[in-house]
Amino acid sequence: MGEGDIIKNPYIKCLLAGIWIGLLTIPFAGIVRAAYIAGAVAGASVAVTFLTGLRRTGVIKIPPQGALIERVERLYVRGRSTGGPKKIIAIAILLVALSAFPFIADRYALDLASQTGIYIVLALGLNIVVGQTGLLVLGYVAFYAVGAYTYAILSTGHLINFWAALPVAAFMAGIFGLILGAPTLRLRGDYLAIVTLGFGEITRIVLNNWDKLTGGPNGIADIPRPRIGSFEFTLTYFYYLVLVFVVLTVIFAGRLNNSRIGRAWIAIREDETAAEAMGVNTTWLKLLSFALGAALAGLAGVFYTAKMGFVSPESFNFLESVIILCMVVLGGMGSIPGVILGAAILYILPEALREFAQFRMLIFGGSLVALMVFRPQGIIGTKRRGVEMRALK
Amino acid sequence: MELFLEQIINGLTVGAVYALIALGYTMVYGILELINFAHGEIYMLGAYLGIILLGVLTATGVTAMSLPLSIIITIIAAGVICAAYGATMEKIAYRPLRNAPRLAPLISAMGMSIFLQNYVMLTQGPNDKVYPQTIPVTTFTFMGADVTYIQLFIIAASVILMAALHFFIMKTKMGKAMRATALDKKAAGLMGINIDSVISVTFILGSFLAAVAGVMVGIYYGVVNFYIGYLAGMKAFTAAVLGGIGNIPGAMLGGFVLGILESLGAGYLWPEYKDAFAFLVLVLILIIRPQGLLGERMPDKV
Repeated sequence: MGEGDIIKNPYIKCLLAGIWIGLLTIPFAGIVRAAYIAGAVAGASVAVTFLTGLRRTGVIKIPPQGALIERVERLYVRGRSTGGPKKIIAIAILLVALSAFPFIADRYALDLASQTGIYIVLALGLNIVVGQTGLLVLGYVAFYAVGAYTYAILSTGHLINFWAALPVAAFMAGIFGLILGAPTLRLRGDYLAIVTLGFGEITRIVLNNWDKLTGGPNGIADIPRPRIGSFEFTLTYFYYLVLVFVVLTVIFAGRLNNSRIGRAWIAIREDETAAEAMGVNTTWLKLLSFALGAALAGLAGVFYTAKMGFVSPESFNFLESVIILCMVVLGGMGSIPGVILGAAILYILPEALREFAQFRMLIFGGSLVALMVFRPQGIIGTKRRGVEMRALK
Repeated sequence: MELFLEQIINGLTVGAVYALIALGYTMVYGILELINFAHGEIYMLGAYLGIILLGVLTATGVTAMSLPLSIIITIIAAGVICAAYGATMEKIAYRPLRNAPRLAPLISAMGMSIFLQNYVMLTQGPNDKVYPQTIPVTTFTFMGADVTYIQLFIIAASVILMAALHFFIMKTKMGKAMRATALDKKAAGLMGINIDSVISVTFILGSFLAAVAGVMVGIYYGVVNFYIGYLAGMKAFTAAVLGGIGNIPGAMLGGFVLGILESLGAGYLWPEYKDAFAFLVLVLILIIRPQGLLGERMPDKV
């Protein structure tokens, strides 16, 4: 659209954009629907231009982008640096509310909440690798699959129960993380992303084809729920189990974040060469990051299988990896509350949009682009570096 | 021997398609250092446009008049429309992010890919679409192996397009500007090269080639789907990496090598792991020789 640069009037630009998009969609959508699309695009961009124009001239006051978020963030940061009575109260209220949730929720909501918890753990695990260490991993779902299948195979063979499966699955996934991590340590950025993507796809294809062990595309069914003696963790109790799991993970991730290891990871993320020069053992720490991130995914996999009672390779496709990565990025990389928020939003929002089932993924894809264009640093986590610098003084 | 030769020809056909798509990946990566995840979707759009345009041409009687003319019009028109899609995509999803953190354009590309997939699913329906049966499948025998004319057409058309691209990059002014931009964007800008238009041209060329590949694959296999873009895109990306990403002859070589490897691997070793094969090649090449077959080792930018 070279003519856009010649034409100065923003409203004409908007109209041209609408017409252009409309023309593009004609072969696919037909002339009538293309006209609707053109109108919608033009209308939306005119509205945005109008509002930004008003804001610039000061006719109406829209709070600057992210003002509310900054307030929340300040609370979080201050709470941490002063030992934070406010933060403790906030967390206590949140925990009480979450514990009381089953009394008001129906089956569907409880199931949704349990799955959200599992996603929060996954996102926190990936956050260790991507957000803190800065290693871009696109096949994270492979570790999740390893954990899930470990529990599925061992429990249906009556070899192991849920509780024993947790450390085994974490171990297996962690080893898998090391196997993936070790040869790829030399790679940086995009190359690492693609290798991990390749590993993730290979894992899924192997799960799909290794019929004897994994049941192939049909998957494995009749996986037992966790139990102690004759007491079975059904829906409500499973929710509490997931809640405990999430709380422990958050504490673990938080402690890790502020530890010597966490600081070293951040150093690697910001500048690997400089970190190495300062005596940070980058090889070991990157492997540790891989192993811990993978182990958390393995644990989440066990919870997932136990909740579903069924597992198949379909649940571990590339899109799942993308969604988990987006949870980390949406919230703001490296920030734990941000990641929790991101996971909750990205899982619950599409569920809430079930009514628009067909348009769900279209909206999801479009919002990813919009989010990156308008706020690439995520919802929370903008001040992260500044905070760390201040904490040093 | 006949089987071997047939596998090689199948491999060359598929490889030519991978190479055409890989060129788009490699050109964009060479200039923007961005893995354009939505590039596979452009190929998918091309394959759909093939059906739509062939349908229109058949309805208006052009196909009855001359089948080759109708195919050529379809290929060119699909290429032009997809080029417009590619340029628009760049403007919307990548241009605002040129100075953003590195993860941002990658996520944006994935978002674009999901968006385009669902856009086609919603407008064209979720089921397989079949190409019109207007193209006869005729074969001839070459040293005992059966070869279809479509295969021959795909290989020939790809080679011609690659030669044209090579000429464009090496001999024209815009091609020179592209090479300069790939080498050093900032310096190229200071030399008076309009970086924005160079990047637009890169997307236009890449999308055109991908769309041509899409139409040809559509004619070859006869069936298209809204999710074919992902796997084809990943394999083409593998081809680009195999040849050395950012390296244009490398992408061509990588495409053919990958196509033959995959065809032989599936033909003789494990047919059910055909798709895993490409990913295995990708992982191994990145671990053993990340610069690819023809790439040069680039020092880390500090």
